[in-house]
Amino acid sequence: MLIGLYNYWIVVVLMMIGFYIVIAHGNLIKKIVGLTIFQTSVFIFYISMAKVDGGTAPILADGIERYSNPLPHVLILTAIVVGIATTALALALTVRIKEAYGSIEEEHIQEKDNQAC
Amino acid sequence: MKDLVAVVMLAGIYGLLSACFFVAMDAVDVAFTEASVGAGISTLLMLVAITMTGRSEQAARHKPALAFVVVVITGGLLIYGTLDMPYFGAVDAPIQVHVAPRYINDSMQEVGVPNIVTSVLASYRGFDTFGEAVVIFTAGIGVLTLLPVLRSRKGDDAVESLNDSMHEQHLIVRIVTKILIPLILLFALYVQFHGDFGPGGGFQAGVIFAAAIILYAMLFGLEVARRVINQTFIQFAAAFGVLLYGSVGLVSLLNGGNFLDYSVLSADPIAGQHLGILLIELGVGCTVTSVMVIIFFHFAGRKEDKQRMKEEEVG
Amino acid sequence: MLTHLPILQVIVPLLAAPLCIFLRRPPLVWLFTLIVSSLAFVISILLLQQVMASGTIVYELGGWDAPWGIEYRIDALNAFLLLIITAISTVVLLAAQTSISKEIPKEKHMLFYTLYLLSLTGMLGIVATGDAFNVFVFLEISSLSAYALIALGKDRRALWASFQYLIMGTIGATFILIGIGLMYQMTGTLNMEDLSTRLPEVAQTRTVFVSFAFVIVGICLKLALFPLHLWLPNAYTYAPSIVTAFFAATATKVAIYLLIRFSFSVFGLSFSFTTLPLQILFMVLGLSGIFVASIAAIYQTNIKTLFAYSSIAQIGYMIVGFSVSTVTGLTATLLHVFNHALMKGALFLALGAVMYRIGSVQLSQFQGLGRQMPLTMAAIVIGGLSLIGVPLTVGFVSKWYLLMALIEQGWWPVAVLIVLGSLLAVVYVWRLVEIAYFKPQLVGKESVKEAPLSFLIPIWILVMANIYFGIDTRLSVQVAQAAAQSLFGVSP
Repeated sequence: MLIGLYNYWIVVVLMMIGFYIVIAHGNLIKKIVGLTIFQTSVFIFYISMAKVDGGTAPILADGIERYSNPLPHVLILTAIVVGIATTALALALTVRIKEAYGSIEEEHIQEKDNQAC
Repeated sequence: MKDLVAVVMLAGIYGLLSACFFVAMDAVDVAFTEASVGAGISTLLMLVAITMTGRSEQAARHKPALAFVVVVITGGLLIYGTLDMPYFGAVDAPIQVHVAPRYINDSMQEVGVPNIVTSVLASYRGFDTFGEAVVIFTAGIGVLTLLPVLRSRKGDDAVESLNDSMHEQHLIVRIVTKILIPLILLFALYVQFHGDFGPGGGFQAGVIFAAAIILYAMLFGLEVARRVINQTFIQFAAAFGVLLYGSVGLVSLLNGGNFLDYSVLSADPIAGQHLGILLIELGVGCTVTSVMVIIFFHFAGRKEDKQRMKEEEVG
Repeated sequence: MLTHLPILQVIVPLLAAPLCIFLRRPPLVWLFTLIVSSLAFVISILLLQQVMASGTIVYELGGWDAPWGIEYRIDALNAFLLLIITAISTVVLLAAQTSISKEIPKEKHMLFYTLYLLSLTGMLGIVATGDAFNVFVFLEISSLSAYALIALGKDRRALWASFQYLIMGTIGATFILIGIGLMYQMTGTLNMEDLSTRLPEVAQTRTVFVSFAFVIVGICLKLALFPLHLWLPNAYTYAPSIVTAFFAATATKVAIYLLIRFSFSVFGLSFSFTTLPLQILFMVLGLSGIFVASIAAIYQTNIKTLFAYSSIAQIGYMIVGFSVSTVTGLTATLLHVFNHALMKGALFLALGAVMYRIGSVQLSQFQGLGRQMPLTMAAIVIGGLSLIGVPLTVGFVSKWYLLMALIEQGWWPVAVLIVLGSLLAVVYVWRLVEIAYFKPQLVGKESVKEAPLSFLIPIWILVMANIYFGIDTRLSVQVAQAAAQSLFGVSP
């Protein structure tokens, strides 16, 4: 069991590092970095599922019997694009927040909002 | 770690490492994309953003306790979930025996493209890819709304002098880049049209194409690049890519097939599939290139516009 | 062309979005968006008719049969949701041009409509598809456009609200992605229909259990189910009025749909409600959501925030109906989805009208508005009554069904709590009525006039619908019941 699943366990640890950064850190850039790590780890998780022992890249060629599963690859291609789209939008928001609040720390922003109320 | 540049660089390295891992896992297409996105575009965008938001973290307010509990529970749950999973690399796992075999065994007869990832991406699950193009388009429009170009009050002469002072000195880099850019563009075209046979396709080609333009903008100044590539034109191009993809679907609809059924595009189903894949990959490439350029121009443009406005206020 | 209706439903607004970029001129773009949305509305009516007449419609994209390709699968539930979304979108758009002229700078109008159409596309795509991964893709289309739309709000807090929503939303989406991945790992398929036949074989594994948990938590983040609701009040408060009206009436409904689809169709009733303590969990969360959010609403001074909290409470009612897990309970939930869309659409549009005339929706600014903007305020009052659940409004119908479902099961205490929760709504609606009708006008605000017709028409269309469907319940109940029965596998 240890040998069969260790790959997934490492991925889970990576995911959780990313997830922790997102929820624990107050700096918006760090949050975005955390989100990227979280998502990338999920990609690794999908790609690990696709691997077949003794398989090769799913590009048809003569003399190859066993290929890795192409479907997760396709899904993750889409997911990577979604990820970069989210990152771009989040960064744009961060730039605007910096302009409007003068800070990108969650703490300062909330302070300023509370004062305004 | 307080220095955000270091944080971002490490994240970029993580992206590159995972790309290497994807190669080891036989996912060459994914690796290609992750390398260009995770280690390339996203790192670049984060660095540009940091130049505007400040490079060091100020007050570190952590909520470690609560966050730690949440993370441990989630992680524990996931580990618990993996216990019944098929082992890594197992040949008889459900995902290897249910849907995938048809892609591997029959895609050559049904779609006629050696790269199975391309045939699944563009044909079997072509609608997902359409959605993907739309997601990128949405992000482009989102950045356009969030970071509109701030118009400078002074004429273009001032811009010229600013650029000269900023970009004159790197003579060697500029010459090397001038030689490199055509090669990069050529490579992008190769990736675009070779996606049927090897790793690559519209998305990767789009990113590389955009990289060439971004490189140009970095060295010759944003204003020059903006003049070479008209803003309205690039927005049209982004929209055009999505429309091209959609109209391939509509044409197949009018030819009596279902939406995105390429087989009806031509008398010979395989030729139809080829034509359809070629066109939609072009659509994706077009949208991705334009959106990446839009995003970069608006991020970097925001910075330069701000600087210029400050200088005008002072002067 | 009729056989292509399912896909046309989604791609008509989808392809219209990039076309907006070419049109450029705001009034033209508005008209175009309105026409497209109406067209989508007509398509959804035709779809509903087809489904009610001849059962589930299956449409294979790219001509590939499922599970290898992606298929659209429209049954009564999907058609019902599609109808709600397109109807609300069309009505809200009627007021859009007037409303955004004061709230969004002119050069962004074209982009606003593009994003609006993309958001509409995303929601329709989520509802129409029969493929689990395709759900994720369209979820992101709708979310990304939603973040950008919310950030268009005038106040700088809109930016912060949007960022928070982005973080929560992306975590939610990633959770759903993990869940789908685990599901795929155990079954080898992504098609919902195929999943539902293959999941029972492996239902006892820990992996499937975890996959279910992740999907449900991910959806609940999007749904803003108490206690995961923290992003919602600010997002609704600071978004432009039109955006709030559109999202309040549709976005959470899509999440409810996903919850129902995954727990009833994909994982199956017996797995969702017997293997897991979902029933008691959702009952508790739903009830606490009703009370916490209603009490929070009472203390708000910004009316948009007030109704945002009220939305969270209303989600609580839907979840309680869901947790009963009987045909009547689900019918109540679906009815409330429909009815709540009508109420909140009307209420937030009316608030948009107030915003247009006064430029603020603070409670104190409402003084004397009952006389100055009689038609708008009357609409708010009727919407509020509907929210409380007064007879002759739609709110009554869904609460009535909910109580019936609870009593059928003999859950008297819960039924009593539901009635108590409704009383809390009386309090927060009354506060507004009191200020608007029984306080003198503010000094310097004498010149405030009634809202323009472009607001009044869509507001009163929705108000009339509130009353009409409150009296003549045949249509809505029939469809909701058909949808609920099909989910339970009972032939109508």
